[in-house]
Amino acid sequence: MSAAATTGTIGTTAHSVVESSSRGKWLAGLVVVAYALITLIPLVWILATSLKSPPDSISYPPKVIFEPSMEGYVNLFTTRSRQTEEYIENLGPAETWYDEIVRKRNMVIVGPSRFLDRYFNSVVIGFGSTFLAVFLGTLAAYGFSRFKVPLKDDLLFFILSTRMMPPIAVAIPIYLMYRTLGLSDTALGMILLYTAVNVSLSVWLLKGFMDEIPREYEEAAVVDGYTRLQAFWKVVLPQARSGIAATAIFCLIFAWNEYAFALLLTSGNAQTAPPFIPIIIGEGGLDWPAVAAGTTLFLLPIVFFTVLLRNQLLRGITFGAVRK
Amino acid sequence: MAEIRIENLHKTFGDFTAVRDSSFTVKDGEFFVMLGPSGCGKTTTLRMIAGLELPTSGRIFLDGEDVTTRRGGERDIAFVFQLFALYPHMNVRKNISFPLRMEGRPRKEVRERTEEVARMLQIDHLLESPVGGLSSGDRQRVALGRAVVRRAKAFLMDEPLGALDAQFRELMCEELRLLHLRVKATTVYVTHDQIEAMSMADRICIMNNAEVLQIGPPSEVYARPATRFVAGFVGSPSMNFITGEGGLNAGSEAVQVRGSRIAIPRLHEDLTSSEAILGARPEHIHISDQGALRGRVFAVEYMGTRQLITVDTDSGRLRVRAPNTVRVNDGETVGLNFDSEKIVVFDSRTDKAVASALITGGVHG
Repeated sequence: MSAAATTGTIGTTAHSVVESSSRGKWLAGLVVVAYALITLIPLVWILATSLKSPPDSISYPPKVIFEPSMEGYVNLFTTRSRQTEEYIENLGPAETWYDEIVRKRNMVIVGPSRFLDRYFNSVVIGFGSTFLAVFLGTLAAYGFSRFKVPLKDDLLFFILSTRMMPPIAVAIPIYLMYRTLGLSDTALGMILLYTAVNVSLSVWLLKGFMDEIPREYEEAAVVDGYTRLQAFWKVVLPQARSGIAATAIFCLIFAWNEYAFALLLTSGNAQTAPPFIPIIIGEGGLDWPAVAAGTTLFLLPIVFFTVLLRNQLLRGITFGAVRK
Repeated sequence: MAEIRIENLHKTFGDFTAVRDSSFTVKDGEFFVMLGPSGCGKTTTLRMIAGLELPTSGRIFLDGEDVTTRRGGERDIAFVFQLFALYPHMNVRKNISFPLRMEGRPRKEVRERTEEVARMLQIDHLLESPVGGLSSGDRQRVALGRAVVRRAKAFLMDEPLGALDAQFRELMCEELRLLHLRVKATTVYVTHDQIEAMSMADRICIMNNAEVLQIGPPSEVYARPATRFVAGFVGSPSMNFITGEGGLNAGSEAVQVRGSRIAIPRLHEDLTSSEAILGARPEHIHISDQGALRGRVFAVEYMGTRQLITVDTDSGRLRVRAPNTVRVNDGETVGLNFDSEKIVVFDSRTDKAVASALITGGVHG
């Protein structure tokens, strides 16, 4: 009797464990979906706003269903001037679809906006500083990983310590230094600044990857007649590829998104997209569709690279956890 | 093909001495095995020969040429690593041909030599496979292939079979030996496994605590160990040690052990201490009713044609290898007889073998 009862209990327990684990999975799935929705809704909203007309973008209650318009994108890329209705009627038929969109608002296009320049600055500064940070980081990490460096631990800590202070805390000294050095509002200045911020992350991440690559590979190459540099190039680098890719994407995301220093140190020539986009002025204040259009286009490269390198990125984030 | 000569090689890492003043010569075409427990300095010696470590002092000659400070790549030596060190981002063909491509050989020659080596090692069907999915035996073959394809002056191998399971190790031992007979390259092979060493070596070099203890052919090292450490390290089960009393002098032919007299090979020198340690291999002790030394059978392990009998005596536990025709039971009292001419006498103070009719010199080599 008691034996049967015990068996029964065990059976029930086992059953409930199975049940709760499948329920747990279901619950976890729900949490993931909910989280994805919460994070994606602002992005979807930005995309939607970029396709609204200015009145639709500020209507209350907000319109979820609206007639799509390219006005935001047209406004983003152009500068326009307001004209009288008569002037516009006298112009004759509009030659292009974007002329037509602007004329509906009694405007004519007088030239391109600065958006492409700013975007180009972002690309140059973002990729330039990423390349430099990863290049320096790779060499430094290899050195720290393979050679006897005097005060190695202290140096590594020093490199890390540059991250302990919020970079904006040194904004004013940097501003003054840059003004004196003539680096204010130059692409070089921004590349150097972002490289300096990123290189500590880069060194630390990459040192982890380098440590994981067995020395025997290089030793084998050295015995086979390769020089240390050739061995580094032919054997170490290919194996550090996923680590380098992961590091690069982290650095790029930082440099691409950085707002505070860009706002402070750039105004004309070297201004990047982040400080430019939010201040696109339209009729009667901010031109929200244009801002949203700028933001959408600004997001694309990072999305593209993250998707492209997603496998490396995943391995990069979990580095050390899984041994090859 | 080359002769490797090591002269007074010394290597310290900080306060730690990894290799102390070692000198030896590896003959051209020889299969030379360095044997010792981990941390004895054998791998460090190998790495110095390869140019992966610089000696603190001493010199290394390759074919008479001083290569002590030369870069690894300039020594024309091939190295096989314990964990193979196959490049994971290259397939088998690329791995094997890596050294040739470095030398900038014509593409046709690279292909032909790579394929020839792959055929010899029976991995020609794997040439285009990535190395990641290979079995450990095939990885080992690729690593050997990468070494052989160079036609280097010498092969250095650092426990190349250490990562294989026991069954496979035996097979690879055989293959390695066949490979050696075929390419006849001077080979220095490092291992801590005495069975591997005994079965493959032309000569064995035994190291312990950074020092070379003995160099000689396996049979020599086995029968005439130079020190107690060598005697204990080589052979399985290891040599029995029995403490004998009374100072022995040159000319002595017997030792008193707990009142029994045991004959030994005639000694050629005096002992420096009053105690002598007798070393006897398990196969040189026999169960015999007339035995001088008596003891109780502790255990009998049956091993097919042979059996291993453990006997507790007043002088400690001794292991006897006997034919399976000998019938003894646990707990039985038996007598033990020794093959006197095979007994090695060690000086208990220096742990070195004493020169005798069996052993004519000090350290060999």
